Amino acid sequence: MAGLLHLNSTLLPSASLLLRNRSGGQAVRRRRACRVEAKIREIFMPALSSTMTEGKIVAWNAAEGDRLAKGDPVVVVESDKADMDVETFYDGFLAAVLVPAGESAPVGSAIALLAESEDEIPLAQSQAASFSSSSSSSSSSSPPAPQETAAQEASPPPPPPAPVAVSAPAPPSPAAQGGARVVASPYAKKLAKELSVDLFSITGSGPAGRVVAKDVEAAAAAPAKKAVPVAAARPDVPLGSTVPFTTMQGAVSKNMLESLAVPTFRVGYTITTGALDDLYKKIKGKGVTMTALLAKATAMALVQHPVVNSSCRDGQSFTYNSSINIAVAVAIDGGLITPVLQDADKLDIYTLSRKWKELVDKARAKQLQPQEYNSGTFTLSNLGMFGVDRFDAILPPGTGAIMAVGASQPTVVGTKDGRIGIKNQMQVNVTADHRVIYGSDLAAFLQTLSKIIEDPKDLTF
Amino acid sequence: MHSGVAVSAPASASAIAGGGARSEAAAASRRPGGIRLCGLRGEALARGSLRISHAPAAARRVAAPRAAAAAPQNGAVAGGGFDYDLVIIGAGVGGHGAALHAVEEGLKTAIIEGDVVGGTCVNRGCVPSKALLAVSGRMRELHDEHHLKSMGLQVSSPGYDRQAVADHANNLASKIRSNLTNSMKAIGVDILTGFGTIVGKQKVRYGKVGFPDKEITAKNIIIATGSVPFVPKGIEIDGKTVFTSDHALKLESVPDWIAIVGSGYIGLEFSDVYTALGSEVTFVEALDQLMPGFDPEIAKLAQRVLINTRKIDYHTGVFASKITPAKDGKPVLIELIDAKTKEHRETLEVDAALIATGRAPFTNGLGLENINVVTQRGFIPVDERMQVTDADGNVVPNLFCIGDANGKLMLAHAASAQGISVIEQISGRDHILNHLSIPAACFTHPEISMVGLTEPQAREKADKEGFEVSVVKTSFKANTKALAENEGDGIAKLIYRPDTGEILGVHILGLHAADLIHEASNAMALGTRLQDIKLAVHAHPTLSEVLDELFKAAKVNSGVSHSVNEPVAA
Repeated sequence: MAGLLHLNSTLLPSASLLLRNRSGGQAVRRRRACRVEAKIREIFMPALSSTMTEGKIVAWNAAEGDRLAKGDPVVVVESDKADMDVETFYDGFLAAVLVPAGESAPVGSAIALLAESEDEIPLAQSQAASFSSSSSSSSSSSPPAPQETAAQEASPPPPPPAPVAVSAPAPPSPAAQGGARVVASPYAKKLAKELSVDLFSITGSGPAGRVVAKDVEAAAAAPAKKAVPVAAARPDVPLGSTVPFTTMQGAVSKNMLESLAVPTFRVGYTITTGALDDLYKKIKGKGVTMTALLAKATAMALVQHPVVNSSCRDGQSFTYNSSINIAVAVAIDGGLITPVLQDADKLDIYTLSRKWKELVDKARAKQLQPQEYNSGTFTLSNLGMFGVDRFDAILPPGTGAIMAVGASQPTVVGTKDGRIGIKNQMQVNVTADHRVIYGSDLAAFLQTLSKIIEDPKDLTF
Repeated sequence: MHSGVAVSAPASASAIAGGGARSEAAAASRRPGGIRLCGLRGEALARGSLRISHAPAAARRVAAPRAAAAAPQNGAVAGGGFDYDLVIIGAGVGGHGAALHAVEEGLKTAIIEGDVVGGTCVNRGCVPSKALLAVSGRMRELHDEHHLKSMGLQVSSPGYDRQAVADHANNLASKIRSNLTNSMKAIGVDILTGFGTIVGKQKVRYGKVGFPDKEITAKNIIIATGSVPFVPKGIEIDGKTVFTSDHALKLESVPDWIAIVGSGYIGLEFSDVYTALGSEVTFVEALDQLMPGFDPEIAKLAQRVLINTRKIDYHTGVFASKITPAKDGKPVLIELIDAKTKEHRETLEVDAALIATGRAPFTNGLGLENINVVTQRGFIPVDERMQVTDADGNVVPNLFCIGDANGKLMLAHAASAQGISVIEQISGRDHILNHLSIPAACFTHPEISMVGLTEPQAREKADKEGFEVSVVKTSFKANTKALAENEGDGIAKLIYRPDTGEILGVHILGLHAADLIHEASNAMALGTRLQDIKLAVHAHPTLSEVLDELFKAAKVNSGVSHSVNEPVAA
């Protein structure tokens, strides 16, 4: 397995991330909890029809803390065909709802926790907290360890929900905000809930200081809060000792050294992401992730610039790859792996998103087959979710180029008509092997990519 | 069905009095909180064209021979020394339906109207609101890029012209109004302009408000004065930023943020219009649940489909105790108090407020004191035959009240049906209208419709009377036509008696629900049992198969009474 690993060398943030993962912060604690408390059961999203891949929770029939008997209808699920009552298979107490009504979850993922006795409810709820802090604002709700989500959900705009930012949700009357008042329009409130933005922290730009939808969007895109969840988890490392590399870390190290033999150079570009963010918001309910969108956009740009998808194997020739396989760097427990979205240019965005989910699940379970992580022809690495605005990636051996994606954030820009406006922009930085890919190749590629991202209608054809 | 030729003829007695100023003498169209489809009987076909009678079965038999000779014309001479056989106060949909049927029965008929013909429904209710909802439906389709794209369509940035939308609503109202007027003129109904007051037994005066200078006598009188929007105290209407449906239908503005007080039919339909045109909406509902009048299951789904996915939020269990229109740069202020404790909850600041808290009967100044009739919260008390009852509970002979003014079922088509029922009685055929078979609809996107009892009502009745109730449901997602339209949101629900196969209620939320309900309402009106109707055939693929699905899913324990395959008559 060793030599096969691809790797994005990132700067320190990512390195410290890996360390944390290895020696386990919450992630390990959670796992331990699971082992001990077998009496807390997960309620899974059922497959209600043969064609169902994900289901939307219509309503929870029981509230957290309610006692349930085997056979009680606990949740109503909307599939592609109909709404169905789903029954529990066990007696117990509904301890924690992981996927609230209105949200979707893939078939087989946990949607709630069932505690066998009342005493176990608090425990289950603490377990649930680690579930929910790990699922980002997208529909993915499989149980990933908290930090693992970071690289997996390569989504620049929506920050992982910051604990401090979760405002008191009062479902029946969302406008009622405790004692203090904040005047926010109905859509602004809806968005705030969706994007986990605290309405009290926003200054409204509407009539009489009212908070309107665009204020919430701007607040959600603001990078300030992004560092919070990362800072919150303290790396738990045995200070003052030397810890040998694991096999995976050894492979990373080897690859890093090998990369020094390749004459690389870098070209950066700033891309406006407003249209991409809008598109993402519109289709994320269908399970589309930002990672898939970026991979798709990159693949479409590569179709027009085959040289950027090529590599130099022997120092004497171009190897033009027949398929466009986008490898995406993912931090996993104690290391880094690059699952590959094969033929990313040919698959539609929904298939690609499903595929990505499968790959990440397999990566976690350490079940990736070699061709699923070593067949990449172009690599993506995204640290945007941490608020990193730009970074530099090391080229994985055997490939021609890797693109480092920074956070999308509101940026003051001058427009052509002489005005000043705010646009969401992200910086990308491509590292490439100059033996086969030249500056003008990368420049042209990046120009094409920015056009695709700034007018992303073709991503969902 | 008989058919007759309706010949245009000028009004025989020139009894049109000078400009009455009764502002709201409108016949019924809405139940509290409702804007409705109006059953405009024959209005579009009246000008010398073939008219199909919609009269009940009993009427058909009598009418047929006469219709062969000539079209119905207003009776030339009233019997018994009266000026008229029938005078109807109020020319809304209820009065219009009664007038047409009365002429058909050979009665010399006059109708008194102080405002404009057509009443609430045509001028300030169902008709113009349908024009706005037609626009909102199309806007929704055009804005739903995902939906369009999944069907392979591309549309770029649709927009609208507010004034043109408003004109569409206004033009539609004018057109229907003139159709309605012509349909009455064509058969010679005397349209008397003014404000009608009952001055004694079988005696009506009419004229300007306060100066009823013309007096006529009539063998029978029908009150059909309808209703006006109900505005709770504490709410100040300015017609610009705080207004009722009367103003809203003119669509003089599309506010960024509008609060809608009341989440019944009117509120729900307007939320559909406003959100489609780009507004954000906040509902204020006094009861604990939105859409309180609907079957709970339908209300729950409606909330998911029509509220949660849109730019709408809501406050339930609160009263709007005080609403101040916007002025001096300040927004509209709405004070919310807890519906139970009356404690102040919070104050909303919005751009506009629509008051859709139901409708109040318009019965002031009718001279009811002259005949010892006392209204109840403004409604005129009637028995099941729409005969007005006096303070002592006795029937006032020859006086009827139909439509919103009696409050039995505030729907345009219910008023019309009540009017026809009254004419049947006047013509010597006893008739009692079955209100449970009258359908109702809310024209949101998708539509909601219902007939008969809700599930809780049916279960309560079953407990009391000791029978069993069964419920079957089907989803629009299981209907081919709905899927072809990419409109799979919706359910249909049938509540029935498994022992007899009697339909107790049908509730539909989904594409074209308002048109689908009639198969169920007709079955209920005619007493058709499930074991019979389930054998009837529906064209495939149609939305009507949603109902077919329900009928077929119902499990009835009794045998088939007769087969629909057998011809009923040659």
